[in-house]
Amino acid sequence: MSQTATLPIAGLNDDAPPALRVRGYWANVGHRLRHDPVTLCFAAVVLLIVLMAIFAPLLAPFDPYKESVVLRLKPFGYRGHTLGTDELGRDLLSRLIYGARSSLLMGLVPVCIATALGGTLGVIGGFAGRRVNAIIMRTMDVFYAFPSVLLAVAISGAMGGGMANGMAALALVFIPAMCRVAETATAQVRSLDFIEAARATGAGRLAIVRYHVLGNVLGPVFIYASSLVSVSILLASGLSFLGLGVKPPTPDWGLMLSTLRQSIYIVPLSCALPGAAIFVTSICFNLVSDGIRSAMDVRL
Amino acid sequence: MSDARDVGGPAQPLLIARDLAKHFQVRGGGRSAHVRAVDGVSFTLFKGETLGIVGESGCGKSTLARLLLHLVQRDAGELIFDGEPVGAPHGITVAGLRRHVQMVFQDSYSSLNPRMPVQDSVAFGPFVHGRSKPDARRVARDMLVKVGLNPDLFGPRYPHELSGGQKQRVNIARALAIEPRMVILDEAVSALDKSVEAQVLNLLRALKQQFNLTYLFISHDLNVVRYVSDRVLVMYLGRVVELGPSEAIFTRPQHPYTRALLGSRPSMDPRHRIEEPPITGDPPSPIDPPSGCRFHTRCPFAEAVCAERAPELGEWRERASHVAACHMLEPGSGHSRTVQ
Repeated sequence: MSQTATLPIAGLNDDAPPALRVRGYWANVGHRLRHDPVTLCFAAVVLLIVLMAIFAPLLAPFDPYKESVVLRLKPFGYRGHTLGTDELGRDLLSRLIYGARSSLLMGLVPVCIATALGGTLGVIGGFAGRRVNAIIMRTMDVFYAFPSVLLAVAISGAMGGGMANGMAALALVFIPAMCRVAETATAQVRSLDFIEAARATGAGRLAIVRYHVLGNVLGPVFIYASSLVSVSILLASGLSFLGLGVKPPTPDWGLMLSTLRQSIYIVPLSCALPGAAIFVTSICFNLVSDGIRSAMDVRL
Repeated sequence: MSDARDVGGPAQPLLIARDLAKHFQVRGGGRSAHVRAVDGVSFTLFKGETLGIVGESGCGKSTLARLLLHLVQRDAGELIFDGEPVGAPHGITVAGLRRHVQMVFQDSYSSLNPRMPVQDSVAFGPFVHGRSKPDARRVARDMLVKVGLNPDLFGPRYPHELSGGQKQRVNIARALAIEPRMVILDEAVSALDKSVEAQVLNLLRALKQQFNLTYLFISHDLNVVRYVSDRVLVMYLGRVVELGPSEAIFTRPQHPYTRALLGSRPSMDPRHRIEEPPITGDPPSPIDPPSGCRFHTRCPFAEAVCAERAPELGEWRERASHVAACHMLEPGSGHSRTVQ
């Protein structure tokens, strides 16, 4: 075969600017994220919260479990208690720092489980189509019949309290939504010509899913997952608030909000602190997920 | 040019389709019906030629293309690629067929993965056929050069950053990257504007020579088909109505439908405007196609026999044969205008 190149359009390749660097899709997303100061800033806050949770024993000035009848409901700055004390005389700052542990776990673990299971089911359903899809999606629809908060309460109520059961309950609540997102994205991609072109090239189903479907589905799935983290933290707080998630005396933001509310007329500022912690964490996750969304959209 | 892949020798047609059929099931109003998208299509594709397929929208052209690549499963009929039956126990496998036959789609945007740099899209074919990633990428860059795109400039871009003509060049590169012997061009230039269309057609012609390709060129644009095709096949409602050498079809069309199609081309001369529509109405639904000759509902020469019996597509003997499925060409068919 002759190696002469056919360049039928004169001028098409003339005065070419310097070659663009070849990046894969994910490398490109990473590059765009690194050049987005707002997202980087909020990601740093998320990182700080995570570090705070990990190094809680080093950071906390007091033992978060140590009660004192004398020191109940003291204001900010009272005898070295920077943020005061709670209704049992425990140091609030220490409890907030320790509380990040359970709140983050309750925020991340259910979402990770739901993304893995729901996402996989959704991609399988969306790509296989027809009967497989109908079986998966109709099963998911059953869960949609209940409001999510009610479902989470019902499941963790039935399984009993505790952190593990709370996480399982939240994961079960998120799986149908995750599955629906993945299924919709997959079904949309599947009908496009480039999937057919890949089939025509002789690629197997796995190769098509891996190289052509996942890149287009992981974006929406990942974005949805990162927005679910804050929902999960809030729902978990709700569960603890109702006494279904984390059990006292474990420090947990939701639980703290629940027990401190009785003292709202005595130390109103202290009561707001766990709520503020939840708010800051969830808004940071939301903004980071927004940043990832725009980094993933190569068309922008 | 001798080709190691040429198993059957130059006289063996590259592709023989025999009585291909595809009926899609549709549901509506509680009962199921079948769309006879392709209904008994037979033709022979010789090595190195370009066979044009023309017909109105919905006549089954694209379904036929997908049948040839097994992108949709055929309900009946037989495919023989270079002497080997496709999917038969001793023939060539579907995977083997797809190594030799590739396709370029009409929609140049949706046929490229929007989240993949275009050179990776081109490299995907060689990659799934066992080349290493750097090797596949090298092939892709070579192919981009051959379709007239600078790989340094265009390779790392995403499809939305290219123009329609550039995207279609990438699609052609993608189809050719695994060195197929035959390429199905399904309305491959229809969505491009005229000047770009001409450039891409010239590119296709150059590539055909360079890579020793055989084209199946599907289009509704008769002028383009005449320009590129050696032979032309005319389809109507899932059936072949006329088949013959390009010049013969365009200068001496035999079937009334072909004549109507040719008559429907806008005149290039304003002094010879077309006064009346040569073909009226929409094609009938392929769900419940007309009895007998499927064209009889719109044919100006239709007689009783046309609604009763489907005409045969003459006897096709060799490359230069020009055949049409019409009672007026069939001696003894009972049609009053039958040629003697």
